[in-house]
Amino acid sequence: MNDKALTLKRKFAETRFKIYGLASLFLAMVMLVVIISSMTYRSIPAFTNYGINLEIKLANEFIDKDDLDYRGIIRETIFSLDSECDDRKCRRSFSKLFSSGAAYDLRDALEEDESLYEKNFNFYILFSDDADLFYKFGIDKNLPENERRLNDQEILWLEGFQEKGLVEKKFSSNLFTNGDSREPEIAGVLGAVIGSMYTILITLIISFPTGVLAAIYLESFASKNRITDFIEVNINNLAAVPSIVFGLLGLALFINFFGMPRSAPLVGGCVLSLMTLPVIIIATRASLQSVPPSIREAALAMGASEMQVVFQHILPAALPGILTGTIIGLARAFGESAPLLLIGMVAFVVDIPQSVMDPATALPVQVYIWADSPERAFVAKTSAATLVLIFLLIIINLAAVILRKKYELKW
Amino acid sequence: MVTEMDQNVNIDDVDTKMEKKSLIHCNDVNVFYDDKQALFNVDLNINEKEVTSLIGPSGCGKSTFIRCLNRMNDVIETCSFNGSIIINGQDIYDPEIDVVELRAKIGMVFQKPNPFPKSVFDNVAYGPKLHGRFLNKSDMNNKVEDSLIKAGLWDEIKDRLNEPGTALSGGQQQRLCIARAIAVDPEIILMDEPCSALDPIATARIEELIDELKVNYTIVIVTHSMQQAARVSQRTAFFHLGNLIEVGDTEKIFRSPDNEQTEAYVTGRYG
Amino acid sequence: MPNYHGLYSLLWSQLIPLLLLLIFIVIDASVKELLIFERLPESIILIGQDEINYSVNVIRDNIRNLDVLISLDILSIESANGLYNQYFLYRTLFLSIISLLSGALGFFAISRLNMRFDARRNVEKILRFIFFIFSTVAVLTTFGIILSLIFETLRFFSQVGFTEFMFGTHWSPQTAIREDQVGSSGSFGAIPIFTGTLLITFLAMIVAAPLGLYSAIYLSQYAKPSVRNYFKPMLEILAGIPTVVYGFFAALSVGPFIRSSGETLGLTVSTESALAAGLVMGIMIIPYVSSLSDDVMSAVPESLRDGSLALGATKSETIKKVIFPAALPGIVGAMLLAISRAIGETMIVVMAAGLAANLTANPLSAVTTVTVQIVTLLVGDQEFDSPKTLAAFALGLVLFFITLILNVIAMITVRRYRERYE
Repeated sequence: MNDKALTLKRKFAETRFKIYGLASLFLAMVMLVVIISSMTYRSIPAFTNYGINLEIKLANEFIDKDDLDYRGIIRETIFSLDSECDDRKCRRSFSKLFSSGAAYDLRDALEEDESLYEKNFNFYILFSDDADLFYKFGIDKNLPENERRLNDQEILWLEGFQEKGLVEKKFSSNLFTNGDSREPEIAGVLGAVIGSMYTILITLIISFPTGVLAAIYLESFASKNRITDFIEVNINNLAAVPSIVFGLLGLALFINFFGMPRSAPLVGGCVLSLMTLPVIIIATRASLQSVPPSIREAALAMGASEMQVVFQHILPAALPGILTGTIIGLARAFGESAPLLLIGMVAFVVDIPQSVMDPATALPVQVYIWADSPERAFVAKTSAATLVLIFLLIIINLAAVILRKKYELKW
Repeated sequence: MVTEMDQNVNIDDVDTKMEKKSLIHCNDVNVFYDDKQALFNVDLNINEKEVTSLIGPSGCGKSTFIRCLNRMNDVIETCSFNGSIIINGQDIYDPEIDVVELRAKIGMVFQKPNPFPKSVFDNVAYGPKLHGRFLNKSDMNNKVEDSLIKAGLWDEIKDRLNEPGTALSGGQQQRLCIARAIAVDPEIILMDEPCSALDPIATARIEELIDELKVNYTIVIVTHSMQQAARVSQRTAFFHLGNLIEVGDTEKIFRSPDNEQTEAYVTGRYG
Repeated sequence: MPNYHGLYSLLWSQLIPLLLLLIFIVIDASVKELLIFERLPESIILIGQDEINYSVNVIRDNIRNLDVLISLDILSIESANGLYNQYFLYRTLFLSIISLLSGALGFFAISRLNMRFDARRNVEKILRFIFFIFSTVAVLTTFGIILSLIFETLRFFSQVGFTEFMFGTHWSPQTAIREDQVGSSGSFGAIPIFTGTLLITFLAMIVAAPLGLYSAIYLSQYAKPSVRNYFKPMLEILAGIPTVVYGFFAALSVGPFIRSSGETLGLTVSTESALAAGLVMGIMIIPYVSSLSDDVMSAVPESLRDGSLALGATKSETIKKVIFPAALPGIVGAMLLAISRAIGETMIVVMAAGLAANLTANPLSAVTTVTVQIVTLLVGDQEFDSPKTLAAFALGLVLFFITLILNVIAMITVRRYRERYE
């Protein structure tokens, strides 16, 4: 091959190579964008709910405030809409169109505003998830009735409401204010978020002091012998062990041997702290190493003991790096779900946990549970929950970055 | 094959020197690293088939200058070049020039020997293979042997061709790098302080080699050792703080320089 | 200096008691269960394990309240009284000992204090010891993992043979839950699970290896510093997205998409195809490959790069023929670590891959992995001694060792590589 042709060939090879590199990077970024936008798009329906404004008539009735049949009131109010129903089956089908959470909403509203007991007032009743989905996405009428979530009569009713202009669409913050529920339209992540917070709190309390002090020992006080080497090898290995193995350990040790309560953030925190410990130790050691030895020498020359040097001089200087590493480790723990599944934080928990011993679930686990559920309405809620999860993680990581930028000392 | 490094020989060759034509013309060369200027208005001509040395105190810009000649400075992001360098009638900074081809015609030997972590044979064969030469196996074998002979390494290495280049001694590694550079048949060989990482014996061998090579190649060598410049080169250029202070026959520069600064440097008053 | 004296007394008086208190709390549940079990009436034991568990739990939760104990009507009044008193005695004794010990130690410590006593040195010695104990937590954890896994695995192998597990090709872990229940005895051949894991890992690496490597090459060799500083963190974000999100995305969008594409091409594709899980896992692993490869390639000395360029090589030739070969051990290490991560990944496969233990190499079919099986076997009704639950631990042990070996090889390779260039 003559020179010119070869040079041309080499030039093409160079350009091709560069394009492969750029294309790979581009592809990876595209995937990131696709995932985020897919989640965002699918979560939009979770933020709106369809409902009906109906008048609740309490003024004419005798009200026993302690024993109020909220469900009954709602039922009566619903049937003020003409349903043309004779038998029980028909009435049940009609009630199915409305959210069972309406009774609780009514109770909350009455408790907040006592004056309502005396009057007739307008009350916004949410549709159930099937009706809600109907209004949002429609339904395939060509499918045979028993393969659909709504039969023909129910569809007729819903269309009727729409024609009469009764149907309203409102922004709903259910996702943020409610705990989990079997009904997708009122299900929220609040319980899971609080559960996650408690779990991470326990993780922090256990792993931060242990990790930092262990790292300080290894870095400043330990003599270089076989034992220390062995400890280091163990730490490095643990950092790479799959998270599910920690779940197995938690199950065998904490739940079975120690008898700790399942589903409690306390146990979750213990398991996650074992996982986060190596990360904190490694980050702390890196920070300690980056403090220039001149500081140590100056302090020693002033007559400080080794321990005083470490705690009064080196540790404060290394603190920003340590905190950054800790936050990043906690962020990783925040997004973990596999070990928590094994120790039982996967139960259906409706109440918002009040302490670290109450049964709870964590946000990533909540996403997993919802993703598994067959109701189609949960798709939007699950997508929205993943966005909440990602958002919280962004905040945590931003905190780490800001902390590092603000307090990082340039040596 | 060893030429006498005798000053007298240089004086007698004055006439032959006049006949040497310029191969490289550098005009008004200015080089910047971001905003900091490293070379100021350098005009320098390099003659063919002789050794030109660049001397001067640390940081005076001689390395920067030599790297301009094969556009190795392009590799550094912050470096910008101004002026013209014309080799064989062509401005090498012309945007149409293919840098890759240029570098095939100009070989470079670095301060610290940098053989590839490959076998000795593969090190030498690397260049020719890239440029599609000696595709025939026996041709390549001959070329490698030829380059190693010219670099004065063949005898020591002929049955160790498959050993990694990194397993050789410092001096051998540097000769390997020279063989590697020669294997692409360059016109010009640039050497950036080639002996500073070597012991005196290895240094002496390299200096002998340079003297042999100058018959066939144009050599530009940067050196911080004036004695070395005096031993190996025919022309010397003295740089100081990015300026070319004086250039001329090595003999003259070291015996009776025109410029005061040059004199101060070569007599060791500073630098 | 006074601080140290105070600290000295504090440490001496509180540390050991605190440790004892911790032990007390930890063994409390087991102690209660032991005491209760002794007194459980025959009638309950005969009913079965479930009834026993329920009774033990309910009594345990109410052991401090005599009235409730009696009202439970499980134990006779005599037994209930006896239990209550026994536990009360135990508890009081233990806690009293702790308090007394605390006082005694404190007294001892204070008695040593005087003007010439070097409290600081003593305190520091104690503290140093405490920190040393902390640093052994990692070792304890590793041992804890290994021991608990081995323990349960041995129990598993007492019920299911080793060869059946490691070499059997039929995985169907349904076993009778109660003795009176009729069910197929489970088969526990784990080969299909191992092949499933390998298949998905392989698919993931097909995505992650080239994309990760080329991205690393581009960012480290071609990109401008501003571009590199922006996109390198962005790649890291891929690793920061929780794996549930990936799993959800795979199950919701990728699986169905592959299925419908396959159908238009006339292929039978499962919605839980290995391809869906593998592709998404590959995306997650890209940063693991790219970050480490970037580091190792940057560690190759610039002089090698300069030497190649000076001979007239193009950048891509330099990378392909000089830098990449020089960095190869490090890159292999990076790949091994990525593979280890893929093998240990749980959520993506749980949500996107199936439970069917198929022995197949077809990426379009559903397979299951080690991690999925561990989760499936343990989530849900648990009978802690059945081979079903124990199988999970056996799988966990295999997983732990495989990833351990991969990680160790990777770390040794990378370290040896680094030593070469420093």
